[in-house]
Amino acid sequence: MRASLLLVLLATTPAAASPPGASSCSGCHGAPGGAVPSLAGHSADDIAASLAAFRSGARPATVMNRIAKGFSDDESQAIAAWIAGGGQ
Amino acid sequence: MTRLGRRAVLAGLAAAALPRPALPRPALAQGARGRVVVVGGGFGGATAARVLHRAGLAVTLVEPAETYWACPFSNEVIAGLRPMSAQAFGYDALRASGVTLARTSAEAIDGAARRVRLADGTALDYDRLILSPGIALRFDALPGYDAAAAEVMPHAWKAGAQTELLARQLAALPEGGTVVLSVPGNPYRCPPGPYERASLIAHYLKTRKPRAKLIVLDAKDTFSKQKLFQQAWAALYPGILDYVPLAAGGQVTSVDATAMTVATDFETYKADLACIIPPQRAAPIASAAGVADRSGWCPIDPVTFESRLVPGIHVVGDAAIAGAMPKSAFAANAQGKVCAEAVIDLLAGRAPEAPKLINTCYSLVAPGYGISVAGVYHPANGVLADVEGAGGTSPVDAPETVRRQEAVYAEDWYRTITAAVFG
Repeated sequence: MRASLLLVLLATTPAAASPPGASSCSGCHGAPGGAVPSLAGHSADDIAASLAAFRSGARPATVMNRIAKGFSDDESQAIAAWIAGGGQ
Repeated sequence: MTRLGRRAVLAGLAAAALPRPALPRPALAQGARGRVVVVGGGFGGATAARVLHRAGLAVTLVEPAETYWACPFSNEVIAGLRPMSAQAFGYDALRASGVTLARTSAEAIDGAARRVRLADGTALDYDRLILSPGIALRFDALPGYDAAAAEVMPHAWKAGAQTELLARQLAALPEGGTVVLSVPGNPYRCPPGPYERASLIAHYLKTRKPRAKLIVLDAKDTFSKQKLFQQAWAALYPGILDYVPLAAGGQVTSVDATAMTVATDFETYKADLACIIPPQRAAPIASAAGVADRSGWCPIDPVTFESRLVPGIHVVGDAAIAGAMPKSAFAANAQGKVCAEAVIDLLAGRAPEAPKLINTCYSLVAPGYGISVAGVYHPANGVLADVEGAGGTSPVDAPETVRRQEAVYAEDWYRTITAAVFG
């Protein structure tokens, strides 16, 4: 049941593309161990919460506060879900 | 169901039903059929080839060079802060991942027949072509500055032999010598690059040739990260770096590589070392393909990066007229990904969704002193425009810790992006 539902969802998923803005993240965020934090292994909720905190200024940053302001809450959540799902 | 809702459900199902890496990739190219040729193996083209190949499409990357010399951080090489080897990248990993490489150059592109003629005498047919050719230095724009003059007065605006030449000349500068750096008007590759170069040359002079001077002659009055650069120059390089904007007569009108002089309408400067960054345009293959307009650059659709002039050819990177997006390695990489995904959609008969793209550019004004500019872009009124309220530069009043942190992030960005593209 679950597998067949998955196939139906896949077949009707319209876009090949990542959600708007998502594919740019890997320009800075790479493998673990660097100065810029890796996004690997973070949940969608974590990433979305970080983006919201950067956007509001609650979390201090160098560039992420400037970048997060370019995305709505819905867009941020879509990006977070895509990255948490292994997108890069 | 909303788009987000469907994605969230899909992501949840995927996590439950399948090992994670198995899901999204093969699904990407679903329904997409066709041959894609990518011309140019820099940050834009190599990225696009990777994304297309990962999605399961047949892609050929046309690139004659075995070594790619990266421009970001090459100003550090010029200032003796970094070995040239740190700028060298090859295509072995890309080849090993399964991307087909044609180690030759594209000589002509027939947009009507959808065929690329290669320098080795063969031809490649395509359904979609992604052109990421980079820039050409214009040797017809500044009187006295041609290819021969560039061997005496390097531009070093394409990394490689020119970078090493300028580094050697700087190392050989006589005590008390004068360096002249000429900066062109917009648009050109890497908007903050000339000012980073000025900064790091000034740092070199300050630490190694303290009686020498740098004169920066600029064909414009405003530039990227201007307040941050000028604040740093005043603090770090007083009496060393003399900046002459357009309004003060900074536009270079001719050079003489034999006499080693650089002339403006007001003054002729005698240089011991002259670095001339000339006006630029898209690389010649863009004109040959008919995708460059009278400006010398390539107008594109901001959703798909498809040429406004020739259907079936997409243009990314420095050659494209990307609206508010600067001509940077970060931008080329972001565009390569978005364009490749759009090409996949188009080959599958789907309309690509309007994208958003990010750019982040770091500059070093001294070792351990970094500044940045960031932007978020979206299609608006037919061009890529700034998303209002986002982006901007590092704060002018940031403490030293932030400058140090941004210098570390700059280095990390370089490591990450070059690994993503060439690793």
